[in-house]
Amino acid sequence: MPSLKNLPRKILPWIFLAPLLFMIILFWLVPVGLTVFLSFTNVTYKNFVKFVHGVEGAFNFTLENFHKLLGGDPYIGEIAKITLIYVGSVLAINAFYSLILSISIVYLVKNEYLSTFMRVVWLLPRITPAVVYGFLWIWLISPDTGPFYQFFASLGVAPGSWLLEKPYSQILMIVVNGYVGASFGMIIYTSAIKSIPEDLIRAAKVDGASDLQIIRSIILPLLKWPMLFVISWQTLSLIASYEQILILWGSYGATKAAGTTVFAIYAWFKAFEMGEYAYGATVSLVLVAIGIVLILLYFKIFGFHKLMQPSKIEV
Amino acid sequence: MVSVKLDKVSKYFGKVKAVDDVTLYIRDGEFVTLLGPSGCGKTTTLLMIAGIYKPTKGRIYFDDIDVTDIPPKDRNVGMVFQSYALYPHMTVYNNIAFPLKLKKLPKNEIDKKVREVAKLLKIDHLLDRKPSQLSGGQQQRVALARALVKEPDVLLLDEPLSNLDALLRVYMRAELKRLQKTLGITAIYVTHDQIEALSMSDRIVVMNNGRIQQTGTPDEIYSKPSNTFVASFIGTPPMNLIPCRVIDGKTLECLGFKYVFKDEIAEKILNEHKEVYFGIRPEDIVITNKDNGDAEATILVVEPIGKDLVITIQLEEEHTIKILAPPSINLKPGDKIYLKFKKEKIHLFDKKTGQRIEYIIKKGEE
Ligand SMILES: Nc1ncnc2c1ncn2[C@@H]1O[C@H](COP(=O)(O)OP(=O)(O)O)[C@@H](O)[C@H]1O
Ligand SMILES: [Mg+2]
Repeated sequence: MPSLKNLPRKILPWIFLAPLLFMIILFWLVPVGLTVFLSFTNVTYKNFVKFVHGVEGAFNFTLENFHKLLGGDPYIGEIAKITLIYVGSVLAINAFYSLILSISIVYLVKNEYLSTFMRVVWLLPRITPAVVYGFLWIWLISPDTGPFYQFFASLGVAPGSWLLEKPYSQILMIVVNGYVGASFGMIIYTSAIKSIPEDLIRAAKVDGASDLQIIRSIILPLLKWPMLFVISWQTLSLIASYEQILILWGSYGATKAAGTTVFAIYAWFKAFEMGEYAYGATVSLVLVAIGIVLILLYFKIFGFHKLMQPSKIEV
Repeated sequence: MVSVKLDKVSKYFGKVKAVDDVTLYIRDGEFVTLLGPSGCGKTTTLLMIAGIYKPTKGRIYFDDIDVTDIPPKDRNVGMVFQSYALYPHMTVYNNIAFPLKLKKLPKNEIDKKVREVAKLLKIDHLLDRKPSQLSGGQQQRVALARALVKEPDVLLLDEPLSNLDALLRVYMRAELKRLQKTLGITAIYVTHDQIEALSMSDRIVVMNNGRIQQTGTPDEIYSKPSNTFVASFIGTPPMNLIPCRVIDGKTLECLGFKYVFKDEIAEKILNEHKEVYFGIRPEDIVITNKDNGDAEATILVVEPIGKDLVITIQLEEEHTIKILAPPSINLKPGDKIYLKFKKEKIHLFDKKTGQRIEYIIKKGEE
């Protein structure tokens, strides 16, 4: 029996990589391939069953979907705008607000209990099942009993419905997603801040820096890599995220009225609510394309080798 | 430049008394060393003087000004950290310029001062580098430059030489000392290395468990250790401490030998102490013949350390002591020898309290 030792050195790495490659093929290449394929067809709910069973002549190849995407679909412009606002605003919360929060928790708030409490509060949505979290928000904003609604009503901000009236509905979408995503940035940031040697902070104090100057001149520059990492990771996952929008609004009609139709949910509704499978695939292809471009961009910014280095904090 | 006064200063971390009731006065322009084993509270003391930690109790004064509640940025101290704590994202130039930028000095003045101090420390060719591109010795100089550039009233140095190799360490000792005297700056230096402390300091503060054990000149610390801790911490090898019982007014019964004093000394020992340590430094023991010997011993180990031999000898049972001898002496393990203790170099410590017993030997007495 050939022992592991006798395997040529060149083959061994591939054996270890095989499961990973398999996953990439199964969960990325195949779906992307299918999406590309579908987007060049005219598959809808009408011919879907025949298409799945491979009946001859069930569908045609066509460029119709792309024509529609690039001109025929009157909503695309608005959806692009909403997506941009959504990604931009939630990113601001996830990447920048969470940074401010992390610095406060680790550096400014000296009280241990308070800082632990703040940490747990921001972790809660992450450890709550998405559906529970979504329904919690629906309760929070309900006009009869919701504390969130009541609170803002007492300040004079009381739309008929947080769900359906713009811009409240859009604010809701941003807050709900921002809150759940902030914990990711916070975990990265707080551990990065903690890994800054205490002596550096002390040296800066002795050199004459105030708290704000320490944050600006020492902490922020040292968080450059963690920040870039959080921004890129969050952008990628935000572009493709739609769960909370689906849970809160549930149908194309609702998101359309609320102004919360982002690309990802539009693709979902087109395919699974309206049965326009081919067009849905085309819409989601836009997301795939943006994702690939961004990943390449990030690799260029980070440098592949830098990404592979163990620590993102240079000390 | 200022004088620094610590008045009954303590720092507790929960139950740990890192610094406990420290009172200390450091004169303007003085070079004072805090010396003690790791964990004895040296760094904590420095950080309180710098203003990073607030004392749990006690007050700190610069000259007559109570600085206890003044934040670090308003104290004008310079500090060199054990880790150097250079800002990794800044060039050497920007590291040194950082304190001046915070003071909002004009750019050309900053530039002038940075280049001046860099030249003084011979790092002017390194200004464009990042700290990660420097050797340990160079990093140490940059840290020193950063501490000096703001012309501090007090310079705090936390084991600045401990990360350097032996040769560089010896060189930097002299260099630091020279710099401090030239600039006339009040310096508080922390080390666990007694040789550093003895060779550099105007005065030494020996610490243990957060408390000051003794304050004095290197000579005082060496020749009149105030307790057994200081006695056994200073000296290479340190002082031998031999347990003895007080027999009568004249006589100590020690492990392996009897020692007879003159009356005057004896009285004090007799009256106040039941058991004592007989302290004698290795270099204050001479090998002699049977008639002149105070004690008899057997040689266990002979180790050459450069110009001398360190000889470990056994007095009785398990009790060993060390002596220094010239290499010309021809001895080997197992040999029996006779020891003479230099009378005026004998130290006595109470066994219970560990405190030094002061006594006077009259000249010409035997
Ligand atoms: N921030 C802190 N929190 C808790 N304990 C500390 C802290 N800093 C120091 N100590 C403790 O105080 C004692 C003195 O520490 P330190 O001043 O660093 O000693 P040294 O510098 O003499 O080695 C040690 O027992 C150490 O564990
Ligand atoms: Mg220390």
